[in-house]
Amino acid sequence: MKVRKGEIKVITGNAAAAYGAMLCRPDVVASYPVTPQTEVGEQLSRFHADGILDAEMVEVEGESSSMNITAAATLAGGRAFTATSSWGLMFMYDAMLQAAGFRAPVVMANANRETPGILAVSCGQQDMVSTRDSGWVLIVVENCQEILDSVIMAFRLAEDIEIQLPVMVNYDGFYLSYLAEAVEIPAREDVDQFLAPLKLQPERTKLVPERPLGCGTHGILVEFMELRYKHCAALERAKRKLDEIDQEFGEFFGRSYGGQIEEYRTEDAEIVVLASGSAAGTARMVIDTKRAEGLKVGLIKLRVFRPFPRERLTQALKGKKAIGVIDRSVCFGWNCGPIYMELRALSPDIGFVPMMSFIDGLANMDISIPHIERVIDEVYAASQGKSYQEVTWIPLEE
Amino acid sequence: MSQGGRLEDAMNEEVKVVTKQRVAGRPKLLVPQIAGFIYCPGCHEPLAARAIAEVLEKLGMGDRAIGVFDIGCNSFLLGMLDIDAVLTPHGRPPDMATGVKRVYPDNIVFTVQGDGGLLSIGADPLLGALTRAEKITIIMLNNAVYGTTGGQMAPTSLEGQVTTTTPNGRDLARTGFPTHAAEMIATFRGVAYSARGAFNTPKNYMRTRKYITSAFQKQMDNVGLSFVEIICACPENWRLSPIDSLKWIEEKMIPEFPLGEFKNVDRIE
Repeated sequence: MKVRKGEIKVITGNAAAAYGAMLCRPDVVASYPVTPQTEVGEQLSRFHADGILDAEMVEVEGESSSMNITAAATLAGGRAFTATSSWGLMFMYDAMLQAAGFRAPVVMANANRETPGILAVSCGQQDMVSTRDSGWVLIVVENCQEILDSVIMAFRLAEDIEIQLPVMVNYDGFYLSYLAEAVEIPAREDVDQFLAPLKLQPERTKLVPERPLGCGTHGILVEFMELRYKHCAALERAKRKLDEIDQEFGEFFGRSYGGQIEEYRTEDAEIVVLASGSAAGTARMVIDTKRAEGLKVGLIKLRVFRPFPRERLTQALKGKKAIGVIDRSVCFGWNCGPIYMELRALSPDIGFVPMMSFIDGLANMDISIPHIERVIDEVYAASQGKSYQEVTWIPLEE
Repeated sequence: MSQGGRLEDAMNEEVKVVTKQRVAGRPKLLVPQIAGFIYCPGCHEPLAARAIAEVLEKLGMGDRAIGVFDIGCNSFLLGMLDIDAVLTPHGRPPDMATGVKRVYPDNIVFTVQGDGGLLSIGADPLLGALTRAEKITIIMLNNAVYGTTGGQMAPTSLEGQVTTTTPNGRDLARTGFPTHAAEMIATFRGVAYSARGAFNTPKNYMRTRKYITSAFQKQMDNVGLSFVEIICACPENWRLSPIDSLKWIEEKMIPEFPLGEFKNVDRIE
C-alpha cells in the first residue's frame, strides 16, 4: 500500500489535537477554557470561522456541560469531540461516568495537569490517573505528532461496533500542549479513507425518533451486572483493537506507535525502565547512552493506561532481572506511582524480580536526563542483587 | 520589603510636595507587591482590591473579613489583601462562602469572581446562594471575556466582540445574548442589594466604592444577599491600549451594562 504523505507544519500540541479532531469531521464540538488546554477550543473555533470545520460549536458554561453535550451528540448518532484538563476533567467526572455507561463514543483530548487542592498550573498525570476507574479508554502519548495521529485513531477505536467506548487522548500539559514542533498533517481525504471502515460496520445503537429507545434507564440486579460485564469485555477487546488500528495507521500514513506499548531495545535487555508521556522521549535517549556504555537496558513506553496492557507487558517483561517505573503522579494510599502499582499486580505473570517505583516530574519538575540515569543505575544495582529502595521521590532525595 | 518601602516613600513624597498634606496612600490591608506586579498593564482588577481594602478599613471590619476567591485573574487579589482568604474550584465561591459564613455569622464574608466564573461555570452555586438568601456579598468583575485563559467568549461578551473563540465577532444568533447579572440578581426576593459600577473614571471608582460599602453594610445588618458587579478593563484581551479600553467601556460596555443600583432594601418582605 502506498504511504500517504501530508503537509508539514510547525504547530503546538494543542493545535495538533485540534487538527486531528478537525480532520475527522466531528458534528459537535464543545469545550470550556482551562489552562493548558484552551488553545484546542480556540483553534477549532478558528477552523470553524474559516469554514474548514463544519460542526456545531457550543460555547458551553463548564465542562460538565461539554461532556453531557458531546455524549448526547454521539447517542444521537453524531461524531463529537471535546478537550479539557485537570480541574475541568474533575468537574465533568459524573458526566464522564455517564458517557462510559452509555457507551458513548466521545473522543476527548486531555492536557495533563496536576489536580485541585494545591493550585499547580503545571504538568502532572494525576488528572488522568484520577479517572482510572471511569470505564474510559485512556491513551497516553509522547509528542505532538502522536497527539494528532492518536486523535484520529481514537475515533476509529471509539466508534468501532465492537468497542463503542469513550476515548481520552492524554498528553503532558505545558511540555506538549505549548510545545511547537514539526507535525505532518494528513490530507483530509486520506483521513476520510482511514475512517471509512466505520461506515461499513452495522449501525451502532442510537436515538432514532421512529424507533424509540431509552438511554440511561434503570438497570438493576442481573441486568446491571450484565451491562458492567459487557463494558469490561469491550475494554478487553479494545487492547487487540488498539494494536490493529495502530498497525493499519502505520500502513496508511507511515507512522505507528506500537499499539498498547512501544518496546525500545527490550529484546535482549536485562533491565527495563517503564515510562509514559513526554518523559519517554528523554528516556529513549538515556537508554541509548547507557547501551553505548554496555548496559543491557531497554525502555517500555506505556501508551494506554486503561485498559491496562497486561498481556503485552507480561510478554515484554518476562525474564527481565529488574524493572523501574517512572510515574508522573502518585497513588494515594499506596505511597508509590500508579503505573508501578499496576505493574506490581503482574508480578505472578512476569516473575518476582525487583520492581522499583520512581515518582518524578510532579508540578512541572523536569524528568531530566540525570534523573533517568539515576533510575537506570539503581535498577541495575538491584538486578545485581544489591538491596534497593522500593519507592523513590526523586526530586526530594537529590 | 525595601523595594515596597521605597516606592511608598516616593509616592508619599510626591503628595507632600504638591499639597503639603497626605491626601492619599496605600490602605493598610493592601499588601505591597514586593515580588512584582502580577496584573497586565491597564487592568482594572487590582483597583477592586484597593476599593475593598478601603471599604473594609472605613467600616472597621478589616480584621473580621474573609474573602473567597475564584479561579481566574481575580485569584491574585488573594495575595493583595491582608485578610483570611480561600481559593475555590472554578465557580464555587458562593458555596464556600456559605460554609464560612455559617460558622462565622458575624463576619463579613465576600466572594470575588469573574463574569465567566460566576455566570457560566458558577451559575448553579450562584442560583443556590440566591435561592437560600445567603447573607454573603458577591463581587463580580465583568471584563466581557475569560481573562486568565487568554480572552475567550464569556456570557458577558458583547455583540460582534472579537474573542479567541469568536474570531469573526460574537454572533448573537448562534451564541445567545449577553447576561445582565446585576439586573437578574435584583429579581430574587432574598437579595438586599444589587448594583453595577465601573472603574473607568475616578468618579465611577468613588461611586463603585460606595456600592461596595452599601453591600457590606447590608451583610452586617443581616438583611440578605448583596451583589456588586464591576466593569473592569482588560486591555490585553481586548487588544486595546489602556486608554482605548476606557473609551471602549464608555462607548460599548456601559450602554449594554448600565451603571447604578438595581435593588436596595433594608428589610426583605
